[in-house]
Formats: sequence, structure tokens, C-alpha cells
Amino acid sequence: MPVLPEPILRVENAVKHYPISRGVLLPKKVGAVKAVDGVSFELRPGETLGLVGESGCGKSTLAKLLMRLETPTAGRAYLKGHDLFRMRAGDLRRLRRSMQMVMQDPYTSLNPRMTVADIVGEPFDIHPEAAPKGNRDQAVRELLDQVGLSPEHANRYPHQFSGGQRQRIGIARALALRPEVIICDEPVSALDVSVQAQVVNLLERLQDELGLAYIFIAHDLSVVRHISDRIAVMYLGRIVETGTSDQVYLRPTHPYTQALLSAVPVPDPTARSRRQIIRLTGDVPSPADPPSGCRFRTRCWKAQPRCASEEPPLSQRAVDPHPSACHYAELHQVIA
Amino acid sequence: MTYSNPYQQQWPNQPAPAAPVVAGWDDPNRGGWDTPTAAWSTPPSRARVNQPRSGEHLLDVRDLRVEFGTRDGVAHVVNGVSFHVDPGETLAILGESGSGKSVTAQAVMGILDTPPAVVRSGQVLFGGEDLLTVSADRRRQVRGQEIAMVFQDALSALNPVFPVGWQISEALRSRRGINKADARRRAIELMDMVQIPAAAERVDDYPHQFSGGMRQRVMIAMALAMRPKVLIADEPTTALDVTVQAQIMDLLATLRAELEMALILITHDLGVVADVADRITVMYAGRVVEHADVHTLYAQPAHPYTRGLLASVPRLDHRGHGLHSISGTPPNPAAIPDGCAFHPRCPWAQQVCRMTAPTLVRIGRLDRASACHFPPEALDARLA
Amino acid sequence: MSDLEMAATSELGVRPSADPSAGPASTARTRSLTADAWYDLRRNWIFWVASALVVLVVLMAVAPGLFSSADPTACTTRRQFAGPSGGAIFGYDFQGCDVFSRTVHGARASVLVGVFAVLMTGVIGLVFGMLAGYFGGWLDAVLSRVVDVVLGIPLLLAAIVLSKRLSADQQGSGIATVVIVLGILGWTTAARVMRSSVIAARSQDYVAAARMLGAGPLRIMWRHILPNALAPFIVVLTIALGTFIATEATLSFLNIGLRPPAISWGIDIATAGKHVRESATPLVAPSVFLTLTVLAFIMLGDAIRDAFDPKLR
Repeated sequence: MPVLPEPILRVENAVKHYPISRGVLLPKKVGAVKAVDGVSFELRPGETLGLVGESGCGKSTLAKLLMRLETPTAGRAYLKGHDLFRMRAGDLRRLRRSMQMVMQDPYTSLNPRMTVADIVGEPFDIHPEAAPKGNRDQAVRELLDQVGLSPEHANRYPHQFSGGQRQRIGIARALALRPEVIICDEPVSALDVSVQAQVVNLLERLQDELGLAYIFIAHDLSVVRHISDRIAVMYLGRIVETGTSDQVYLRPTHPYTQALLSAVPVPDPTARSRRQIIRLTGDVPSPADPPSGCRFRTRCWKAQPRCASEEPPLSQRAVDPHPSACHYAELHQVIA
Repeated sequence: MTYSNPYQQQWPNQPAPAAPVVAGWDDPNRGGWDTPTAAWSTPPSRARVNQPRSGEHLLDVRDLRVEFGTRDGVAHVVNGVSFHVDPGETLAILGESGSGKSVTAQAVMGILDTPPAVVRSGQVLFGGEDLLTVSADRRRQVRGQEIAMVFQDALSALNPVFPVGWQISEALRSRRGINKADARRRAIELMDMVQIPAAAERVDDYPHQFSGGMRQRVMIAMALAMRPKVLIADEPTTALDVTVQAQIMDLLATLRAELEMALILITHDLGVVADVADRITVMYAGRVVEHADVHTLYAQPAHPYTRGLLASVPRLDHRGHGLHSISGTPPNPAAIPDGCAFHPRCPWAQQVCRMTAPTLVRIGRLDRASACHFPPEALDARLA
Repeated sequence: MSDLEMAATSELGVRPSADPSAGPASTARTRSLTADAWYDLRRNWIFWVASALVVLVVLMAVAPGLFSSADPTACTTRRQFAGPSGGAIFGYDFQGCDVFSRTVHGARASVLVGVFAVLMTGVIGLVFGMLAGYFGGWLDAVLSRVVDVVLGIPLLLAAIVLSKRLSADQQGSGIATVVIVLGILGWTTAARVMRSSVIAARSQDYVAAARMLGAGPLRIMWRHILPNALAPFIVVLTIALGTFIATEATLSFLNIGLRPPAISWGIDIATAGKHVRESATPLVAPSVFLTLTVLAFIMLGDAIRDAFDPKLR
């Protein structure tokens, strides 16, 4: 087995609790929404980690923590050896050059009163030390060209572009500082099917050209499968299963992963009869009051008394050599 | 380097295409592309409950045209759309943003805001009666009682200040005039029918006390209160998680079969369509570009747009590298390209496509049509 | 052809230049949101009527000589309540002053009070609203309570007290006094509007994007929040300009605003009002001008709001 490169990003036990308080005059903390509750993973240069899970599983909060849009409650996140979670403002600003994010909604993520040139060039204004020497306009044009937009449109405003084109503008802005890690938070879920593929292909091309590492967050498991090298499945603030793309998709051992994969609609009517959908009953419990023991047990068809009392660790199981947080992990092939 | 078309490539690991569904598709000895062929291996639509009288469908929309007045001029949002649906079958109207699919549904329901919208022409025949010309009273009567609609965003479609049971039975009380106790009992029955657990206890809860999936069920119960003959579901699962999505689609399919309703599913999701639809109408730029039964459409798409769309969907069961994409973006309804609206994005486009808009032409046999100047064989041949 | 090349080929197609399907966007070169709003404004007749009135009043304020060559202070009781003659198209008042000339010259006081009071409320409202909206938390709580307190002060009562106090210290027409009174009491609405639109803009994704790039609070406020939060603020200030002019007239009418020899619509309305039983005609001109001016600014504000936010229509 080849020696793996050092991880560029290492997250250890990241936690984000939002306090719930009652009372108007003297608010008292009565509980906490445990949006992210102890998540650890590593990201190596040039690879794509797919982060999947249903709404409320904490995947977007995790992205905000890593970008320090939210203050973490606990944990550590080392980006190139520096702890993102314990960094002072000045140092953090410098470190931000190494990690950028592409946001979900191409309609709200661009300032409507700025031209495309101003939007894409703003990173250079904020980080003059990282700005290209000489012609800034030239740099902006090159960025636009890189994401497949015509440099002639630099003077236009965002509302003159379609959703897919706007997403390209957002990608160009994220690329400006030459980051090594890009967090893509549902980058194609707001786009039309025919445009999604263009943006996914662009992200893949940029990864090849620039050696970027992606954290690709999405609820669309098909897109994640397509782009990711490794996958982490999240449920109620925790990672329940993780491994290479093939391990998680072809040999899932956690019942939640199996249910999730089985529910993905397949664009093939002949698969109707062959498909076996594992139907989960009920809804995701509130992250303010997660179930004891295994968090998935309330919807799990395999739940035993042990699941309520003992939380299953995310560890390698006998059935397949990749970590899964289930006491009764067993192989169940879902995808034909 | 020879020109190769993105849509031609097969997915790795995919078995060779199955035997053509329509005899003669790849048959060099076949006659003209428009000749009806007897061999037709696709099984008939799953859930045809009763065949309508010849020539008359439960809901028959003909040549519907809707325009919007906007700042940038007149937007031609629906440009001559025709489709029909019969009891017990599911018709999917598939399209991307700006394809006019939702406006079509709203025009059929009669809930378009006019102005800015103007229904320029067309007919919406329900049981032979043109809903576009009947009186406003009759229209209201049909809406809700005969044709009901489920929306994408259940949270904003439900009134936050009334209990769900009250909202579900509202139409029964106001239109059928049944009393409060009966209405409440009926609401519980309906909630049971859409499989809301502990319906009797939850009937007095408010919408915000339900999860997204449960709210969608409440909305379906509301739509079904009057036992409509046609249910239009506009992106009913788009806002939901996949595990919940599957539950709701199942529920809709079950209800459609049990109640012998016609279900019109408006969606952009090719996966959802493949799972539940009997027939599919593909819309692009306000026109129907292809129409076929679900098996034919997925196995042998005729229109270049449908082909591109199918090729650009990432799939769980095929892991390729490089997704095939359609270039460009869907057109703005205020500036639809001349000729075939798809020509700027079409790899097969010729001079004729830029000049004249193709009409929807029947292919092979009944109920299959494509609006392309070139028959599917010609498209295939050009790839070879 | 490799997949990569293929992806690149399909990229080409999406470039707006090669994409005739991009719609009207590709025909307009650089149309900003402001340009769009201006496009809407130009088609709104209310905007043109209001603008014409505003231009007229401003012209009267800047160059009253263009409209009337008569001296508004050249009064003689010989012409008391005389009818229209020559340039004095509205006749003469109780003191024998040319009503038309006085009305024209009265515009200056109104415009001066309106503009300076709006500038003052604008600056205070902008700073308060921006700080409260952007930083939130305890700062917002404190600033919002200050707004509540000022809002709780009855305008007329405070104006009487303040102007008595201020005008005791100074001489002159009293324009500065009125501006200060209006400025101190009138900024609350502007601040509240600014605060709420700053809060709305602050939660936008593009602000998060700027934060992720490492932008500081000043840049975010100046580049990202202010341009997007300004439209409703400007609308409120335009409407406030009208109401300030009306308030000035009210204060002058009550003898706590401008004082003679200053010429102001309020003063003239007050004087004419005292003698309304003898002749009502001198009351008409200043009242009509005052009403039209106030109306013009309010209509202008409404037209701008419609243009910036077509959804409200």
C-alpha cells in the first residue's frame, strides 16, 4: 500500500452546541441543540471527501465551523498544522487563504450591487499580500476564463447571469487566493439537472488542474458518489459510517447508510421491480434531545436493548474493513 | 480527432443496450421512421383502471398558451402544450426551471394570477367541459372538488394559525356543509389514509408541530378531502430528504391506485419519475418536446434534449468519470431562440433547426411523439 | 476524445458570448439594479409629477428672482388686502405685502429646513441603524432603547421646550433652531428602517462569503451591507423631507419656529390666519404651496420605493 500523504486538514472531535434559553429578562440556558456532536475526519491533499446526510444532520454547520462563520463549542481542526478553532483574528485571516467555500445558493451568495470583476477581485483587496503583482484586471480575467466564463462579462452584475453561471462566479471567487482546500456546500443542488453536470465537471477539472482538496457536502447521494474519493455519512451530528467511496456505496454496513442508499431514486424504470427500498419509519429526532445510546436506534429495524444503553463507537467492524458506528454492523448490498 | 457526441458514450460497466423497445429502431431494413410498427414490447401502462370512451380523456389539455407581461417584454411561458390523463394513471410532466411546467399546472388549476399572466389560447377539457370558458363559480367548484393540487412547500401552503384537522376538513365544512363533529372524524380518517401515525391525537396540532414529511402528508390529505378525480402534485418531494421522499412517492402511488385518481406529477427529477410515472411529457421552453411511456422514454429517448438530460444525471449504480453535460442554460422565456428552442444547446442542430420550430410528430405508434426535425434513427445515424 | 476534453468543450457552450439563450441579459451591457430601478422610475408618471414640483420649489428657493421681482418685505398698509395687480398675481395681505412674492421667497426657508434636517437625521439614523443592526447584541439593545425613548417624546412638546431654550441663546431667523429640533427628534424612523434592512442584508450569503475571505467589519459594512440596505433608508428620508417642511410650517404657525423677519410659509399662514375673517385669499397661496411641496416629496418617496422593490406594488 502506498504511503498516504500527510492530511492537509485534520478535524478532531468538533462540537457545536447552540444553547436554548428561556426567559426574556434573564435568559437561562435550558438545553442545547447538538448540531455537531463530536466529528473527526482527515482530508488529504487533492482528494474529495463527500459528506452526506439528511437535513439537520449537521453537515452544513460543520462547514460553517471549519470556515469559522460559527464559533466551535469544542474540538480542534488543524489546517496545515495550525488549529483553526483556536486562532486569533489576524492569523486566521492569513489562514483563510488556504481554505475557501463555495456556497449553495448562487442567487444570494453574490452581492447584487457589485460587478463580477469586483466580486472576483475582492479577495485581492482583502489580502493585498496575496494579490498578483501588476495587473489585477488581468488576474480577474484569468479566473473567469478558468471557470468557463467569458472575461468580457467582468463588468456585468450577478443578476444578469443564470444560476449555473453565477455558481461559476462563486467558484472563481473561491479560487482567487489559490486555496488548497475548498468546501463545497451543496454546490449544485440549486441548479437545473442539465446545468448540474457542467458545474460538477468544472469542479473535477479544477481539482485535476490545481490539486485542490474538496469537502463536498450534498444530500444528493448520486452526485457525491460521482465526485468523491472518500465518504462520511452523518446522522444527528455524528459520523455513522466512513470509508472509501466504494466501501460506503457498495459495502455499507450501517443500517442508516443502507436505508439512505436504497431510497435514492434510480433514473431507470426497469429498476422498479428489482429495487428494494428500506423504508425508515418516523422522522429524524430533534438534535436538541437525541436518543440515548445509538442515535439511529429509534428508526432502526435492527435495534436491540443494547443500542439504547451503549453508544456504538465509529470503529472498524469485522464484516468490512471500514469504520461504522453500529453494534450489529453487517453487509447489505443495496446498489445493484 | 473525430467528432464524438457526449450522449453517445455508454456508461462503463453498463451492459450493452437491451433489445430495442420499438422494433426497427436500429433495424436497417425498417421503413420510414414514422411507420407504425406492430411489435411493441413495452407492457401497457401499469395501472390503467378503466379505458376512457374513445377519444375522450378525463383531463385533456389542448394547445395551451400562457404569456406573462414583464419588464423585459412579453414572456412566452407556455407555448402550445397538449397532454391528457386518464383515471388511475400517472402522467409526469418533466422540465427544468423556465420550462413552463408549473405555470401549465397552475393554468389547469385556474390559480394563475391574471395579470401578469394571460391565457392566450387553448382548452382545458375536463370530462368534455372546457374549464377555460366556464363561469367562475363552476371553475371554483371543479377546483378542489374534481381537480386538487399539492404544492412543493407544505409549510407555506398551510395556515400556521389553524389546527391541521381543521384545515383538512375546511372544504368539507364549507362546501358539503357537514357539521363539526363529522368534519373532525373525517379529518382523522383522511390523516389515517395518508398514514400519519396517531391521527386522532394529532388532529388538533398545528402545522409547525409536524415534520416536513408529515406536513406534506397533511397537504395531501387536504387535497384528497373532496375525493378529486385528478391530483396535480407540483414537485411534491423536492424539499424533502431522500428517505422521506420515498415514503411520500409511495403514498401518492398507493392513493392513486386505491382512489382511481389521475395523478399529474410535475417534477424535474428523473429519478422520481422513473419510479412512479406511467407516461412522461417532457417540456422545454414552454413546449412539449417529447412524449412517451416511461419505459420507452428511458430506454430510447427520441429528442436530443431528453437524451442529454438522461446522460447528465449522475447515477448511484454507475460510477463514471466526467459527467456528460448539455452546454448552455435553459432559455429565458422572454427571449426564446427562434426555430427549435433547443437548437443553441443541441449537438445535432442544423440550419433548419435555427429557422423553423419543429412540431410534435408521432413516432412509430400511438402515444409516442417527439418535436425534433430529425427522427431518432437519423440522430443515431449521425453519431455512427 | 477524453472526458476532460469533452467537459471543456461543453464549458465553451456556456459562455454568455456563445450563448444566445441567455436572454435579455446578453443584450444589456451592464445593467445594475440601480439602473433597473431608474428604468422603472422613468415610466412612472407619479415620479415625473413629483420631480417637477420638487424642481420648481428648489428653483424658487435658489433663485426667487426668476419668479417674482417684487420685494417681499416692501409692504405698505395702503395696499392692505388689495386685489391682484401686475406681478402680484395673488394680491396683497393684511400688511400690504405681495402674497406671490412672499410665497416664492418662503420656499427658501422650507427647503433649507427640510434639507438640513434630513441631513442631520440621515447621519444620526445611518450610524445608529448600522451599528445596532450590524453588531446586534447588547449594543443593539442599548441603541434600540435610546430610539424608543426618543420616539416616546411628544414632538410638539419637545419642540416648544427646545426651541424656547435654543432661541433664547441666539439671534436670527431661527432656521438653525428648527433644524436642530427636527434633527434631534426626527431620526428614529430612519434609524429603525436602517437597522432592519441592515439585519436583513447581514444574514445574506454574500456577507458570509466576505467574512470567509477574511474581510473586516468596516469593509463588510461599507461594501456589502450599506449598498444593499440603503434603498428603504433613502425612501424614508425623502418622505421625511416632506414631513419636516410641514412640521416647520406648523412650528412657525405656532410661533415657536421661524420668526419674522424670516419669510416662511408657516409664518404667512399664521399671519393670514389671524385675519381670515377680513380676507381669506392671502391664506390660499402659502397653504397650497406647502401642501404641494409636502405631497411632492411623499410621492417621490413612494415612487422610489416602488422602483427599488417592485414586489410591494
